[in-house]
Amino acid sequence: MTYTFLQNYWWFLVSLLGGLLVFLMFVQGANLHLGNRSLSDLQKRIILNSTGRKWELTFTTLVTFGGAFFASFPLFYSTSFGGAYWVWVLILVTFVFQAVSYEFQNKKENLIGVKPFRVFLMINGVLAPFLVGTAVGTFFTGSDFTVNKLAIADPSAPVISTWGNNWHGLEALGQYHAVLLGCALIFLTSFLGALYILNNVEDAHIHAQMRRSVKMGIMPFLIFFLPWLLILLVSPGYAVDEAGVVSLEKYKYLHNFLQMPVVLVMFLTGVVLVLWGVYQGAFTKSRKGIWPAGIGTVLVVMAVFFIAGYNGTAYYPSCTDLQSSLTIRNSSSSPFTLQVMFWVSLLIPFVVAYIAYAWHQMDRHKITGGEISDTEHKY
Amino acid sequence: MDVIVWSRIQFAMTAAYHWLFVPLTLGLALVMAIMETLSVIKKDEFWKKTAQFWMKIFAINFAVGIATGIILEFEFGTNWSNYSWFVGDMFGAPLAIEGILAFFMEATFFAVMFFGWGKVSPRFHLISTWLTGIGATISAYWILVANGWMQNPVGTTFNPETVRSEMASAQAFWEVVTNPVAVSKFFHAVTSGWVTGGVFVVGVSCWYLLRKRQQRFAKASILIGSIVGIVGSFAVMLSGDASGIHAAEFQPMKLAAAEGLEDGGRKAAFTIVPGIRIPGMLSILATHDLNGYVPGINDILNGYTDNDGNVIPSVAEKMQRGRVALDALARYRALKDTDPEAAAQARALLDANVQYMGYGHLEKPEDVIPPVGMVFWAFRLMVGLGMLLLLELLVVGFLAWKDKLSGKKWLLVAALCCIPLVYICGQAGWIVAEVGRQPWTIQGLLPVNVAISSLSAAAVKTTFFLFLAIFTLFLVIEIRIMVGAIKKGPQTPNE
Repeated sequence: MTYTFLQNYWWFLVSLLGGLLVFLMFVQGANLHLGNRSLSDLQKRIILNSTGRKWELTFTTLVTFGGAFFASFPLFYSTSFGGAYWVWVLILVTFVFQAVSYEFQNKKENLIGVKPFRVFLMINGVLAPFLVGTAVGTFFTGSDFTVNKLAIADPSAPVISTWGNNWHGLEALGQYHAVLLGCALIFLTSFLGALYILNNVEDAHIHAQMRRSVKMGIMPFLIFFLPWLLILLVSPGYAVDEAGVVSLEKYKYLHNFLQMPVVLVMFLTGVVLVLWGVYQGAFTKSRKGIWPAGIGTVLVVMAVFFIAGYNGTAYYPSCTDLQSSLTIRNSSSSPFTLQVMFWVSLLIPFVVAYIAYAWHQMDRHKITGGEISDTEHKY
Repeated sequence: MDVIVWSRIQFAMTAAYHWLFVPLTLGLALVMAIMETLSVIKKDEFWKKTAQFWMKIFAINFAVGIATGIILEFEFGTNWSNYSWFVGDMFGAPLAIEGILAFFMEATFFAVMFFGWGKVSPRFHLISTWLTGIGATISAYWILVANGWMQNPVGTTFNPETVRSEMASAQAFWEVVTNPVAVSKFFHAVTSGWVTGGVFVVGVSCWYLLRKRQQRFAKASILIGSIVGIVGSFAVMLSGDASGIHAAEFQPMKLAAAEGLEDGGRKAAFTIVPGIRIPGMLSILATHDLNGYVPGINDILNGYTDNDGNVIPSVAEKMQRGRVALDALARYRALKDTDPEAAAQARALLDANVQYMGYGHLEKPEDVIPPVGMVFWAFRLMVGLGMLLLLELLVVGFLAWKDKLSGKKWLLVAALCCIPLVYICGQAGWIVAEVGRQPWTIQGLLPVNVAISSLSAAAVKTTFFLFLAIFTLFLVIEIRIMVGAIKKGPQTPNE
């Protein structure tokens, strides 16, 4: 196995984890429906218990996504997390509130009552996809940082990766292109959440409401996603040559799609699958729209990561100093570490298999109001 | 205070909170798995209800452990940017294995365990309960492999091309995975979790006996809890002994600080508390030899000869050689593309001094001394409380076995009071381990002042108070909910 193969392989895995994370953020999207006033309290608890059984998968995928970046591209971990400090802190805060909100909210001893914890879940439902989307958006717009590995030999200023401004990542909120992706992700996860609830619970009124939400969610998603895509395709991108020199190239991301037709096909297939899932959920009696929409989401996100990092592209560009931009080649772990992790990653199908088996066993019985009333093991 | 101090305080606070929840997760996982196993073997509803009660407590605790854990993982990047780059190549494999093997196992089977009653077969449910605990334990191993490497950085070499520590061979990876510090830390941390779980279960169960409620449930829980706690206590002692040997070998300053030992020597005395000493005991504990040499703080500062006859340079000399290494690194990187010969000379100089590179960042030799008072007293608190808790578990467990516990009101109250003590004991242990290794994030290679991110002190101060408020709120709520669940009690018959 060559170093190049291993670097590409790990970018593939990070992309896959990114895709799975966005798909699994249907948990965040579904929790937005806790604000639906036409649902009774029991129906809200059904939704809560449905997402409450999956939130740990999303959370674990987020942790593994971060861990995989740390493990395979540590210079990204040290540069982005230490630099775009506030963005990552905000993402974390919304997730930690989500982590406890399930367990705490319906316990009378929780000090602040049910409502604040539901509000926490809904804040997580908006902010988590928005911030993750905006952060990924900066993969194309660039960020304000420099990297100087020799700094570590200078006791007066030893930090290798330094951020160029005191906003520490919040400046991305002023980059409309990145923000468009963040907004698109809010609506994507919202209708994915509705499709998931439609599939996972047994309640006619909830079904009707979720179908309505799917219909209502697709338009705003397209309003934000299509302009983001168009701007991306006509924007200059950050190209890197064989010697590792980074330069701006016109229509770089369009070129990436055209020069990697497999990725283009993947992207288009993903879009079609998402739309098919939406169609199933909104306009047919099928309750299985989450599957095509989910698979489609994974494919689209992976394709977006691929055009960000493959085909001689700097995936985390620096607008301050082009040569500080991070590429798959200059930011990865050593060949040996990538190789060890390659062998470990062969266990992933086994992990996926037992997760699928466990949840197949659990989801054979759809969640009903009766279950929420009768069982003690609930949120 | 500067950004370094605030970053340290924030990380210490996050780790301290995380370590409030993790030990109970590790300990309760074992207790409830044993109980559910009994319910499946005996086909007895009583054991099932008993296991379900402790699962409820487990679930309340688990959520906050996860919340604090994710902050801890990401703080490596947010607050310790240089450190993340420096260790990323070594951390990579353990973290990847932890994520793939442990996290998903824990997350998946926790959900089956908690929600799967009646939905999956009893056998599958039992397997899920065991796998939840095994997942948590596997997770502990891999994170302690990473932590152990920070205390004893084996198996890696510094690469001046990339400016980080790297593994280069299967043997190196094996050295990292079987690092003796990691192995002893793993057993010490996990079995101390068993003690926490045991003391917690015994204490709560004694409360039921005091209230004359759920007596069968309480006695059964005390028996299981005390067995788990006693086994854990003896394992903690064994692994603690190994940790002492490792500290003497790899982190002598930590041991000297834990003993408040200014000047060492052979037949070194162990200080129980200031003024009460056992002659020769420290040499035995640190080297398993009465005549073993144990260096004190001044010996380490001034240089000494260790038990294998190696001459250990003074800190001043290490600092001088560290600066030579840093200078050679700078020259190597500046010249490698233009003057290969000069670059090769710089590289040779770097290789000769690289083991002291971290010392080059220190301002004065005394920087290598951790806060002695804190480490010294934390160590005594840990050991003293550990002994007290073992005694409590032995007495309460024995009387429960003989069915003579119910009338011993003072003992029941004492067992209940031991619950906070086991947490203080665990926190004290982490203070010894982590404060004792200051100023190093990676022993000898990377001091804290070079490991940081380029942030302002105000930014880190803000997030410190933010996380402090959030974690404190979570802790208060968790305790209230737990107390509520305990007051409500298990669904076993009130006999």
